[in-house]
Amino acid sequence: MQALYRAPETLLRVPTHYCPGCGHGIVQRLLAEIIDEWGIRGKTIGLAPVGCAVLAYNYLDIDMSEAAHGRPPAVATGIKRVYPDNIVFSYQGDGDLAAIGMAEIIHAASRAENITVIFANNAIYGMTNGQLAPTTLLNQRTTTTPEGRNPLTHGYPLRVCELLATLDGASFIARTSLSSPKNVLQTKEAIKKGFKTQIEKKGFSLIEVLSPCPVYWRMSPVDSLKFIEEKMTQTYPLGVFKDWGKKEL
Amino acid sequence: MKSSNNKKQLLTGNEAAAEAAILAGCRYYYGYPITPQNELVNHMAIRMPQVGGTFLQAESEIAAIYMAYGSAAAGARVMTSSSSPGISLMQEGISYLAGSELPCVIVNMQRGGPGLGDISPSQADYFQAVKGGGHGDYRTIVLAPASVQEIADLVYDAFDLADRYRNPVMLLGDAQLGQMMEPVELKKIPRTQQTPRWAVTGAEGRARNIIKSFYPVKGELEAFNIRLQRKYKVVEQKEVRYEEVNTERAEIILVAYGTCARICKEALRRISGTGLQIGLLRPISLWPFPKEPLRRLAKKAKAFCVVEMSSGQMLEDVKLAVLNRCPVHFYGRMGGGVPSSKEVIKKVLNILAPEESTLELEMSEISQELGKGLYFSTIP
Ligand SMILES: Cc1ncc(C[n+]2csc(CCOP(=O)(O)OP(=O)(O)O)c2C)c(N)n1
Ligand code: SF4
Ligand SMILES: [Mg+2]
Repeated sequence: MQALYRAPETLLRVPTHYCPGCGHGIVQRLLAEIIDEWGIRGKTIGLAPVGCAVLAYNYLDIDMSEAAHGRPPAVATGIKRVYPDNIVFSYQGDGDLAAIGMAEIIHAASRAENITVIFANNAIYGMTNGQLAPTTLLNQRTTTTPEGRNPLTHGYPLRVCELLATLDGASFIARTSLSSPKNVLQTKEAIKKGFKTQIEKKGFSLIEVLSPCPVYWRMSPVDSLKFIEEKMTQTYPLGVFKDWGKKEL
Repeated sequence: MKSSNNKKQLLTGNEAAAEAAILAGCRYYYGYPITPQNELVNHMAIRMPQVGGTFLQAESEIAAIYMAYGSAAAGARVMTSSSSPGISLMQEGISYLAGSELPCVIVNMQRGGPGLGDISPSQADYFQAVKGGGHGDYRTIVLAPASVQEIADLVYDAFDLADRYRNPVMLLGDAQLGQMMEPVELKKIPRTQQTPRWAVTGAEGRARNIIKSFYPVKGELEAFNIRLQRKYKVVEQKEVRYEEVNTERAEIILVAYGTCARICKEALRRISGTGLQIGLLRPISLWPFPKEPLRRLAKKAKAFCVVEMSSGQMLEDVKLAVLNRCPVHFYGRMGGGVPSSKEVIKKVLNILAPEESTLELEMSEISQELGKGLYFSTIP
């Protein structure tokens, strides 16, 4: 009998702490699959953020380090400078990357730092119980925008890919989503392209993944996927915003 | 190579810190410009590429300390440096380094505060350096040089201490020590560093390594803290450093570190031959603090006098060390004020004969000193 699918070896067989329907676990499985398929477990180093994904190192069987809230790009820089031939990636949420860590991400991109950033955008602060994120949609209710995000008082959703794509140091910038099996596969391809960017020393790569947080969106997991397709992608269109080797994706 | 010959060279304290780091095998430096430590940043920018190292001007001190955290996690000898306001920004990172047990050397050439303050010498960051500064029950090993030569020697040793205890080590200097030039001999053996087995390097052919300070499972964090405190006890037992001058017969013992210790030595020189018996205890390690020597001296001295460029920060540790065994006096200048050896002598005379109060004289002399341009004139 031939196995059509088996869990990747790099994904440790432990129950995760993620809520049902959460996107973080899916992205981490994709990372494990790529690491297995490419046989790069021995040279990959990951950074876990402060956010719901902080325990990513409990699930991925690779060398990993924590970084303080918002600082994974700086820590990744410090590691990558020591091991320029390793694959160094950071995994970050939207509070981590687009609020407290905005300076670090912009400067890592601008320096053409040869790292890959996986940016899980769930438009909310998951870990701290559902507050406004820079990426929260207009009218979206959060614990700190109980009446919904009002641009007059809370400002507008922040588009990270569009912003970073303006920087000369950014080489591969793409936005994908987890809303369907097809989109999950596309996310995997985009992460591969990010790693390839790094392996070929082409500079900074970032893959923004629209990721469900059913708990703080106060929706079922299925409705959350619908929300991504129907609402989130209106504000955050999917696509490739910058690509050093367009034909190859 | 400039750094490894055994001849004396004339260097600023900042340059000496950089050269000593290179000698100690440090090949990663991350920094952000701030006076009075710009010479260190500039020197590293030239020297690191020459020795095959990495110099990176970070976008902020926050980024700099976390880049250092990254290189430390990767198992490399790494240094960052700044002056007071920038060191304030690094505090969260220093706590994370301690919490993740990562070795790292941090240089603070202190300037006047609070706030933007000024760029003249100060020792007002003592509490921040010695008592933690960042959050949590952690300790930073803090070394206080008093000359350019000692900056070089202590920076070199700081890397060994950081590696031995897997802990951040701070070199606490000031604007004067950082910017003055003195002859230095870089006499220690050049090092190349071995990658420790706990570092994240890519888990080729071994079980993975994790660098973390997060312990969400109940009880684990307390157990970790207990282990940390055990480590700190060992540091307190083994790594105390200090210098004693004329403490054998002294009636009054001055206690001062860094620039103030130099000034006190000058005061001792000026009164030698007068019959006054004054000594000096100079803490070199501010944490661990030389409590035992102070306790020993408290048995025979008449009084201590702490001299600082602060409102009296180390003073608290001296008082804690001697308890009520002996009176502890204080002479301090703040906000960029540097005590003169004359002021120190006057203070000592005042302790010996309090009825002839010299307070008014002191004040007028201070304003005279101000007029003489004790203050630095570079722009921050
Ligand atoms: C310096 C600092 N500030 C605040 C926090 C608290 N905190 C932890 S996670 C988080 C936000 C997480 O949101 P996000 O990055 O979007 O990740 P998610 O949990 O949504 O995946 C905050 C504010 C912290 N740990 N450290
Ligand atoms: S709170 Fe949201 S982001 Fe966090 S684990 Fe639960 S579903 Fe995922
Ligand atoms: Mg989030």
